[in-house]
Amino acid sequence: MDLLTQLSKTSTKPFEKIVRVFITIAAFAAIFISVAIVFTLSTEAINFFQDPEVTLKEYFTATRWTPTFQNPVYGVIPLISSTLYIAFIACLISFPFGLFSAIYLSEFASRRTRKVIKPVLEVLAGVPTVVFGYFALNWITPNIVQRFIPGTEVFNAISAGIAVGIMIIPTIASISDDALNAVPNSLRFGSMALGATKRITSLKIMFPAALSGIIASFILGFSRAIGETMIVTIAGGQYPELNLDPRSAMYTITSSIVNVSLGDTPHGTTAYNALFALGITLFVMTFILNIFSDYIARKYRKEYE
Amino acid sequence: MEEENITSVNEKLTSFDGDKVFSAKDVSVSYGDFVAIKNVNMDITKNKITAFIGPSGCGKSTLIRTFNRMNDLILGAKVNGTITYQGVDLYDKIVDPVQVRRRIGMVFQKPNPFPKTIKENITYGLKVNNMTDNIDDRVEKALTQAALWDEVKDDLDKNALELSGGQQQRLCIARTIAVEPDTILMDEPCSALDPVATKKIEDLMQELVKEFSILIVTHNMQQASRSSDYCAFFTTKTSDDGKRRTGELVEFNETSVMFTTPDKELTEQYISGRFG
Repeated sequence: MDLLTQLSKTSTKPFEKIVRVFITIAAFAAIFISVAIVFTLSTEAINFFQDPEVTLKEYFTATRWTPTFQNPVYGVIPLISSTLYIAFIACLISFPFGLFSAIYLSEFASRRTRKVIKPVLEVLAGVPTVVFGYFALNWITPNIVQRFIPGTEVFNAISAGIAVGIMIIPTIASISDDALNAVPNSLRFGSMALGATKRITSLKIMFPAALSGIIASFILGFSRAIGETMIVTIAGGQYPELNLDPRSAMYTITSSIVNVSLGDTPHGTTAYNALFALGITLFVMTFILNIFSDYIARKYRKEYE
Repeated sequence: MEEENITSVNEKLTSFDGDKVFSAKDVSVSYGDFVAIKNVNMDITKNKITAFIGPSGCGKSTLIRTFNRMNDLILGAKVNGTITYQGVDLYDKIVDPVQVRRRIGMVFQKPNPFPKTIKENITYGLKVNNMTDNIDDRVEKALTQAALWDEVKDDLDKNALELSGGQQQRLCIARTIAVEPDTILMDEPCSALDPVATKKIEDLMQELVKEFSILIVTHNMQQASRSSDYCAFFTTKTSDDGKRRTGELVEFNETSVMFTTPDKELTEQYISGRFG
């Protein structure tokens, strides 16, 4: 075989091409699907707002969400407030627990302890949310919330919030742990060599240095809490009016979507189209949070070395 | 051969003058099964610069970390033998490594300023050590001693990571001396720096040694011969089966002697560049 033949394009060329096309399609599929989702949500949501029964003003100002009632009212305020309320309770639980377990794991735990705790956290992350939902309804509510907070209803925001919080602890712990581990060891040693204790080193050096990742984990956790569906549907109740008492039922955006889609709402009706309006509302909320999280992570990212 | 080494080193030690700040007896350090350095015996003299030289992997960095118990932070590291600091056994059960490190500062191979302002880099150690009286004076004094004050006095609130490598290393020296230790351990402090910055650190060491005892690990033979008063030469010895390499002390001597008429053949070979 002469040199030119050896150097020329070989027979494997077509195969290379097929593989290349295939992986490119796979990569762009995610973008295509996202665009398709936004498109579907928007067109259906536009149908909803063009309906003579609803107005944008009503959607954003009315304080009831009763699409299947005789005189339907489409006010998103109680849904947004319930969603944020339960997410807020979830944050009260998950931020401290998630962050402290991350600090413990990365700064204090021995290698052996770490080997036990890390997988357990991952198991916690793998528990189906429907299990958390029934756990909240059948265990947290009677054994904790109703015992210590009198006047709590069977369906209430507190247990739903606690369960959502427990669900997102692994997310926060794992991302914060990664952020702390990404801080160069030389900073830890530098601090310890000045006679700082482990506690001071982790609080004053490691925590600030990992802050961008930690904040990003908080925002991601918050955004997961907002999007969480099963737990709030099972344990949070369906109270369709504005309510700020965490002892009683609330009605999150996600659980109202579930309820309308489970019911006998016929395709094409106003109540049916309302789903998409809620869908896009939720989408915008989490989208803004994710962008914000990304921005924070970039802004506070410290460059080392 | 080994036994012989130790005895001759010990004989040498008795001839040293001045106060001893550290005294190491039969010190070995291992990581799990791997023995990094063994049977080190040496006395470190107060207010002098003692340099550790030797080829890579001879355990000199491992050894220097035993003097302020930094090895405690490294998983699996175990120290055997005794190291006394001004007569106190550093590895006694009641000794708190945090208190040890407050008196025995350390400067690392790569400059590692905290991602904070220049001033905060100094005040951090001061706060940790409850030295918060006259804090501005202390900051100025430390930076002046580290020969950095004139370069940064107008930018104290600038992020320390914006400084050049040499400035960062002097900042690390400043934050170390700010907490008023009596000994400074330096683990190849100039290995990441250019010759100009290296010269500045060497000059600085000559100033600092009036007040502090200094131990320095260096790869740079010229640096050891230029700046140190005493010099310890380590090398690695391969085990009989050829599988393990363990560091050991070959010769400990006054630098002027070591670089002119060393006691050991091996030292002479290393210093003249015939191996290592």
